[in-house]
Amino acid sequence: MSEQTYESIMSRKSDIVSASVGIDYSKYETEGIGFDYEGLMRENGYAIEDVISLQRETGVGNTPLVELKNITRLVKKLSESGKGARIFLKDEATNPSGSFKDRRASVSVARAKELGYKGVIAATSGNYGAAVASQAMKRGLKCIVIQECYDSVGRGQPEILEKARACEAYGAEVIQLTVGPELFYYFLVLLEETGYFNASLYTPFAIAGIESLGNEIAQQSRQYIGREPDYVLVTHAGGGNLTGTARGMLKTGSSETKFIAVSVDLSGLHMASDRDFNRKSFTTGHTGFGIPFAVFPDRSDVPRNSARPLRYMDRYLLVKQGEVFYVTEMLARLEGLQRGPAGNTSLTAAIALARELPEDNIVLVQETEYTGAGKLPSAQLTFAMNNGVRVIRGNPMTEDIPGNTIAIPEDPGQIAYEEIDLQRLRVSYIKELLKRGMTPSDRDLTFLSEELRVDHKYTVSLIQEVINANSETR
Amino acid sequence: MQARRGQWVQIHKIILDGGNRAPSVPQDTAELPFEMRLKGFLQEESADCGEVVTVKTATGRLVQGTLEGILPKHTHDFGEHICELFEAGDELSAWLAGGSGNE
Repeated sequence: MSEQTYESIMSRKSDIVSASVGIDYSKYETEGIGFDYEGLMRENGYAIEDVISLQRETGVGNTPLVELKNITRLVKKLSESGKGARIFLKDEATNPSGSFKDRRASVSVARAKELGYKGVIAATSGNYGAAVASQAMKRGLKCIVIQECYDSVGRGQPEILEKARACEAYGAEVIQLTVGPELFYYFLVLLEETGYFNASLYTPFAIAGIESLGNEIAQQSRQYIGREPDYVLVTHAGGGNLTGTARGMLKTGSSETKFIAVSVDLSGLHMASDRDFNRKSFTTGHTGFGIPFAVFPDRSDVPRNSARPLRYMDRYLLVKQGEVFYVTEMLARLEGLQRGPAGNTSLTAAIALARELPEDNIVLVQETEYTGAGKLPSAQLTFAMNNGVRVIRGNPMTEDIPGNTIAIPEDPGQIAYEEIDLQRLRVSYIKELLKRGMTPSDRDLTFLSEELRVDHKYTVSLIQEVINANSETR
Repeated sequence: MQARRGQWVQIHKIILDGGNRAPSVPQDTAELPFEMRLKGFLQEESADCGEVVTVKTATGRLVQGTLEGILPKHTHDFGEHICELFEAGDELSAWLAGGSGNE
């Protein structure tokens, strides 16, 4: 067996990963810093019709679109006259393992089966593990799920413990690690040892799997509302959800809908810190993933990430932990839907946004997830308090401090968002490239303007701005 | 309690020692070992917690580690009654029922 030290495994990273996904990524590299994104997606993804038919085989998709009439009524009451958009929810919790992640997993696992792999491995602490496990069992493949789960004293994040339970329930092997990015190292060790397929969240197949969600949103909105939504709100972490949903809607002819990313604000908490790990009450859909993956998507577990959120994002809104818990409670109390945290992040922003919009506008929250032990607000708040975090009733915008205080709104009028300027993210994107020694030049302008969704001239000015700022700080 | 061959058990293993962590980790993490926990069927005739054992995992891999749990159960739960949350929920229910200014 080859040497398994950290250095030797990391030095074989690209060979191990290439063998584990069955894609020759080098084929899509272009001169300079760019690559042929659409070529990669076209030649390795699936047409929407094929995705839908694969998903039918394993009971994925075709989830209900629900109008949140009571919440909309409450929003109207809080809004100025004529304001208060209608809010709809895509109930993705009705997928086989309880989240939209079944869509991603279904295509990845089908691909693994098609290519003759005996098993699949997924590095994830979230719903994706349960989704891969569930889909793998349906297709008769073995499955390993690797999670970042415990801190150094063996305290497990309750939501991640619940995911481990779900994966085991489907018959998967679950590997639970302590805090740290070396999860990726151990993931490579296992890929090499087992020869299993890397069911990465970020391959063209995984993203193609979400396109069916965009397709359903477009079709169902036309059928039940009579038109497409003005805004689709997407809980944003690694960027796949936004990318796949937007691509699916665009392919189904919805060109007017705006896509809004929403993350829970966890600023100030370090994602690889043993101390901070259990002082956060959200394991995903937060800024600890949302911002880094937007500004440098290729930090993922494949050479080129097929989730490229800045290509599709119209706005990026942040909400507080306390607000999301309040809205989770609201969804249960006013709509009779008890759902997990993920979709409620974008629902929180949807409520604040709907107040500002004309009452004939349509706002659509594109996911829900299952809930239960470990995932409920009561489980997370209990865990937070046990880790020294204070829980109060208060104004989240001024009193909610990640890792210190969770402020549950005193009334629904306190539900608000903070907007991240996309310009700031675009500047960070260029900074991330420079940090890695990738200096953009004229040949990269087309790629970069597609990545950043701005024209060539603007791209040039952004690059210049960053280079000037860098030289001033030196 | 002693574990017997074929019983479902949990093992613990240090993957990287403290001080040998990835260069990017913050100081508080860098000093700590990188640990793994894993469940499987015990391969030895019998073993006590703290002994090094081999387990056969759900995918059929054989993995060595220190025995730390026998017939491990899931301990996560629904949490305590959170007054702040319950109170908020009750206010919303009251609004729905037509109280507190529901037009």
